[in-house]
Amino acid sequence: MRLLAAMSGGVDSAVAALLAARSGHDVTGVHLALSQSPAALRSGSRGCCSREDARDAARAADVIGIPFYVWDLAEQFQASVVDDFVAEYAAGRTPNPCVRCNEKVKFAAVLDRALQLGFDGVVTGHHARLSSGVLSRSADLEKDQSYVLAVLSPEQLAATVLPLGAMTKAEVRSLARSEGLAVADKPDSHDICFIADGDTAGFLRDRLGSQPGDIVEDGVVVGSHDGAYAFTVGQRRGLGLSRPTPRYVLSIEPVSRTVTVGPAAALDVSTVFTGAPVWSSPRSLPLECSVQLRAHGAVHDCVVTPEGAGWSVALRSPARGVAAGQTAVLYDRDTVLGSATIRSTT
Amino acid sequence: MAYLDHAASTPMLPEAVEAVAEAMREVGNASSLHATGRRARRTVEESRETVAFALGARPSEVVFTAGGTESDNLAVKGIYWARRALGRTRILASAVEHHAVLDAVEWLVAHEGASVTWLPVDDLGRVDVDAFEEALGDDVALATVMWANNEVGTVQQVRLLADLAHEHGVPFHTDAVQAVGQLPVDFAAAGVDALTLTGHKLGGPLGAGALLLGRDVACTPLLHGGGQERDVRSGTLDTPGVHGLAVATAIAVERQPATALRLQALRDELVKRVVDAVPFAVYNGDPVHRLPGNAHFSFPGCEGDSLLLLLDARGVEVSTGSACSSGVARPSHVLVAMGQDGTAARSSLRFSLGHTSTVEDVDALVEALPAVVERARR
Repeated sequence: MRLLAAMSGGVDSAVAALLAARSGHDVTGVHLALSQSPAALRSGSRGCCSREDARDAARAADVIGIPFYVWDLAEQFQASVVDDFVAEYAAGRTPNPCVRCNEKVKFAAVLDRALQLGFDGVVTGHHARLSSGVLSRSADLEKDQSYVLAVLSPEQLAATVLPLGAMTKAEVRSLARSEGLAVADKPDSHDICFIADGDTAGFLRDRLGSQPGDIVEDGVVVGSHDGAYAFTVGQRRGLGLSRPTPRYVLSIEPVSRTVTVGPAAALDVSTVFTGAPVWSSPRSLPLECSVQLRAHGAVHDCVVTPEGAGWSVALRSPARGVAAGQTAVLYDRDTVLGSATIRSTT
Repeated sequence: MAYLDHAASTPMLPEAVEAVAEAMREVGNASSLHATGRRARRTVEESRETVAFALGARPSEVVFTAGGTESDNLAVKGIYWARRALGRTRILASAVEHHAVLDAVEWLVAHEGASVTWLPVDDLGRVDVDAFEEALGDDVALATVMWANNEVGTVQQVRLLADLAHEHGVPFHTDAVQAVGQLPVDFAAAGVDALTLTGHKLGGPLGAGALLLGRDVACTPLLHGGGQERDVRSGTLDTPGVHGLAVATAIAVERQPATALRLQALRDELVKRVVDAVPFAVYNGDPVHRLPGNAHFSFPGCEGDSLLLLLDARGVEVSTGSACSSGVARPSHVLVAMGQDGTAARSSLRFSLGHTSTVEDVDALVEALPAVVERARR
C-alpha cells in the first residue's frame, strides 16, 4: 500500500513509519506543523510543535529512507483544537484536545489529503491495536491510546495502520535504538502540546479574561473565583477554601459563573448522558459492556440504552469526577465499540 | 530525474569543483606571513581580482563572506548602524525581498531603533518608482531593492532606483544572488553602493559569497576579529571557497549572454507547454523583465506543496517558493505583495532552469504535470 506516515518527531511515530516501510509498504513521512509560531527548540514535555521536533522527524525519515515533507496545518489546528478548547472551557465543559486533534486534524484533514493525493491510508504511532477495522487496547496498557482513537469512524479506521499495537513502549524504544533512530531516548510528551508551560488556567485567562464569580456549597456562597473556566469537575486544588475536609468542584454553571463545590462523596455519578455516538464496532442497544470516562481513567461495567440522539450509560459502580465535554468510550473487554461526548451526569 | 530548482542551488561547474579541490590540497592561512601563507594569500587576492573584474568592481570593493545571507545582513545592518549616528534611521526596502533582507530589516526595527517603509510592488512584482521617490528623505539610512526576485523572477530597475536614492544621499544595496550569471551585472555601471552575490547560485560552491561594497560606503562590521576583509568582516578566509567562487563567477559572467539566450528559449518553451497542458495555470511575474531561467505559475485550486510532493514522487524536482527553516510552505510574501490572496499564494510552483537544464527536463515536467494537477485539485 501507499501510506502516509504522520511523524511528530517522537519515537513512536518514527518506529511506526519504520515498521510500515520494513513490511513493504511505500511510505512517505509527513510532519504536521501545528503551531502558528513554532519555537526553535523543544521545551518541557511538549512533544510535537517545535522546529526541533520537525527536524527530529526529518532525521528519522532520512534514516528510514523515505521521502519527507512538512505540512502546515496550523490554521486547522487553531480552529479545530485550540479555539474549540477555549470555547469548551468557556462553556463550563472539559474538552480533551488530543481526542479533538485525532478527530478533526490527524484522521480528517490529513487523511482526506492523503487519500486525495493517491495514498491508501495513514500510519501513526498510537499505542493501540487495529486489526480488520477493529480497534482495541495496546499490548502496553500503561501507554494505551485506544481511548483517544475511539472517535474514529469505521471509514477512518479502514484507512489507518497502527503498527505499534502489539508492542510495549520499551520494545519501541529498543527497536528505535537498534535501527539507529536518534529519537530512541527522546522523553515522552505529556502536557497539552499548545500550552508551553503547562499552565492551563493561565492560558485560558489570557484568552478569556477575568470573569469573577461565586464558589457555592449547598446554596451558600463560600468563596469567589476569577473565572469558572479555570475549574474542572472533580478538581480539588486551587479553590482557595479553608474547610475541615477537602472540597471538590461538583459542577460549573458558565452563565452565572457559579462553581459548586462539595465533599468527595457528592462527586459520585451513577448515570452518564451523551451526545450522538460514533460506533467503531457497531452493537445494538441495550448493551452490557464497560465504559471509560477519561484518558487513563478507570473502567466501569455499565448498561447502555438509547437516550435522545445519544446514550444513557448506567454505571454498575459509581464514577467520581466525570466532566461534561470528555469522551465516554465503550469497550467489550479490550475492544473499542464506540464513543460519544458526555453532556451531563446524575 | 528532472532538476528544475536551479534558483535554490545550481550544480557546480566542473572547473569550480577542480578549483576548490586544488585549493583544498594546499595548506595555509592567507593571513600568515611565511611562504605558505603568501601562497594562500595570492590565491585569495587573485580570486578577489577575478570577481572584481567580472562584475565591474575594484578589487578593494570585494568583501568575501559565507554567502548571500551574510552579505545581505552585513549590508543592511552594517550600513544602517554606520548611518544611525547621523540621525538617519529609516530603511526603505521592497516588500518582495528575500528573507535575508526582510528579516534583517525587521530585526533592526524591533531591536535597533530603525523604522521601515516597505516599498509596494505592482501585480507583476515591479517596485513602484514613484512610491520609491516619495519615500526617500533625509532621514533614510539606506534603501535595499533586489536585482531580480528569487520567486517570480521579476527584474527591478536598479540603476534608476539607485540614482534616485543618491539624489537624497541614500546608499543603495541590491541583492543580486539570482542575477549574476543570468543577467548582465556591472557594479559600477549600476551605480549601487553594495551588491550581494553567492557562489551556489552561479555554479560555485555553497557557503562562499561576497558583498561588493563601494570604497566610500561606511559599514559597521557584524563579525569582529582579525579584520581580514577591509575591517568590515573578520574570519580566516576560506581559500578553497573563495577560489571556487572566483572561477565560477568568471565563467558564469563570460557565458552569461549565451546562457541567457539558451535559458530564455528553453523557459519560453516550458511556459508554452505548461499552459498547453494545464490551461488554467496562471503565469506570474513580469513576462518581459524577468530572469531568463525563471518560470512561476499558480495552479488555482491546488496546494503548492501537494503538487511538489506528487512531482517529487515522479522524479520532477521543483519548489513552492522559498522554504523557511522548518520546511513549512507559508503563503508566499512575494505573491501577497503582488496582490494575490493567501489561497492563491499557496497554489504556486517555481520552475527554475540553469546551466545543466535540457529540453528533457521540460519533457519530464510536462509529461507529469497534468495528472499531478488533476489529483491535487480539489
